[in-house]
Amino acid sequence: MYSEKVMDHFSNPRNVGEIADPDGVGQVGNPVCGDVMKLTIKIEDDKISDVKFKTFGCGAAVATSSMVTELVIGKTIEEALAISNKVVAEALDGLPPQKMHCSNLAADALHLAIEDYRAKQKAK
Amino acid sequence: MNEIYFDHSATTPVLPEVVEAMTAYFTDYYGNPSSLYQTGQRSRQAVEAARQSVADLLGADDPKEIIFTGSGTEADNLAIKGVAAAKAKRGNHIVTLAIEHPAVIEPLRHLEKQGFKVTYVPVDKSGIADPAEVVAAITDKTILVSVMLANNVIGTIQPVGEISRQTKARGIALHTDAVQAVGNIAVKVNELGADLLAVSAHKFHGPKGIGALYVRKGTRLDSIIHGGGQERGKRSGTENVPGIIGFAKAMQIAEAERQVKAARLISLRERLVKGVLDNVDEAIYLGDPVRRLPGNACFSFKHIEGESLVLHLDMMGIAASSGSACASHSLEPSHVILAMGYSAVAAHGSLRITMGRATTEAEVDKLIDVLPGIVARLREMSPFSAEATAETFMAEFGGEEHAHDH
Ligand SMILES: Cc1ncc(COP(=O)(O)O)c(C=O)c1O
Ligand code: FES
Repeated sequence: MYSEKVMDHFSNPRNVGEIADPDGVGQVGNPVCGDVMKLTIKIEDDKISDVKFKTFGCGAAVATSSMVTELVIGKTIEEALAISNKVVAEALDGLPPQKMHCSNLAADALHLAIEDYRAKQKAK
Repeated sequence: MNEIYFDHSATTPVLPEVVEAMTAYFTDYYGNPSSLYQTGQRSRQAVEAARQSVADLLGADDPKEIIFTGSGTEADNLAIKGVAAAKAKRGNHIVTLAIEHPAVIEPLRHLEKQGFKVTYVPVDKSGIADPAEVVAAITDKTILVSVMLANNVIGTIQPVGEISRQTKARGIALHTDAVQAVGNIAVKVNELGADLLAVSAHKFHGPKGIGALYVRKGTRLDSIIHGGGQERGKRSGTENVPGIIGFAKAMQIAEAERQVKAARLISLRERLVKGVLDNVDEAIYLGDPVRRLPGNACFSFKHIEGESLVLHLDMMGIAASSGSACASHSLEPSHVILAMGYSAVAAHGSLRITMGRATTEAEVDKLIDVLPGIVARLREMSPFSAEATAETFMAEFGGEEHAHDH
């Protein structure tokens, strides 16, 4: 049911964990099935220098989490914001239709983490 | 291919003896049983011998009480819609269990849209219905009580015999879905007191796409498939001759092996349950420890999502299933686990292991060996506050009843 890329990211997820002193945190729950993802990011010179994830969810949720971390490392904030759930799903060679909603988890967590970073910057 | 198959409740491999018995009915004895000439009559005789054999194995009084269908699902549909149509003038109420298979729940939901009333009787935490509660749900409008014999998720065995004494006294038809039971526990229609009973061959090493409905003489039942009038007018369509032959052959073998197999599977199950509970923290064994199918062990692991667990097991060559919302096509948690009073979070972390005739101790030990590592890995990956957040989201889902298991 899953593509080889999905299974690769599922069995060897990249960047699992939590950054100790993150610049931004994004945590989202999946309203469809109740899964949760937490993304922590580090930002240097307007670029995402590090990112880690923790996910409680299905194979597609784990794989999209892992893929989104690979996609954003080294990107500028503007570039990262352009990463939608479709971009993540395409990077994984597609997801089964009933699993497309899982890719929202990863994209939303990323956008929330960036918002969180921006809010913290303003507060400074 | 999976080297280790722990999903016998989903389906089973067809035995070589069964394939062999079927083969000639594809190629040599291909006649239509309704044809008058010899080739047709040869098929007719084989079908009737198979019907006699299935009737004997179920302890039925008469082979005419066996109707072959296209699946277990069709047998359940025929029982429910067939009785509803035949008795619609007498009443419009049906009693069933909240943990029934979709093959029962969905036809009932369909009837509800047409004005029937259905009571879904709950089960206790161990997954067993109280016969008194089922009987208490009966009204003067009740035309059918449908109670499964063995559950497909947690393997619990329901008190069908106790319920049938009461339905019989009231003159109400009793249907039981025995799809998971045949070949695993004793299934005799008179001991159970069932008026209708559904069976499916692929659950006991027979072919897929062939089922049967036992219909006690005198039970009023309308057909739901109309046509050439085969199966005494109850199920039109040219008989699936090889399927029927395979059904009977598989059932004969399953029944001959049943007691020895059950004793072996119970001891393997106990070994598995002990091994899992001793080696995995925060694991729950779901369902009744004794009143369950010999080969069924169902667990829930805290902080674990079942589809991920099943995928990891698959990568190690082990086939199993889960009642997790994520693992189901409908993205709804197992209605069976919810009906037992567990949260959607518990359903999320569920794993169903169903063993069968070829399961070995070494296979059980392999599972006990790899499971703790997979669970630990998935827990490590779980966000710190996952459970708190999941509980909040789940609150919205917890109370609803859904029916989408396999
Ligand atoms: C309890 C129960 N009833 C009915 C069915 C449906 O049987 P079939 O797959 O032959 O349609 C199944 C199996 O999926 C089952 O487990
Ligand atoms: S996260 Fe639940 S289905 Fe993907």
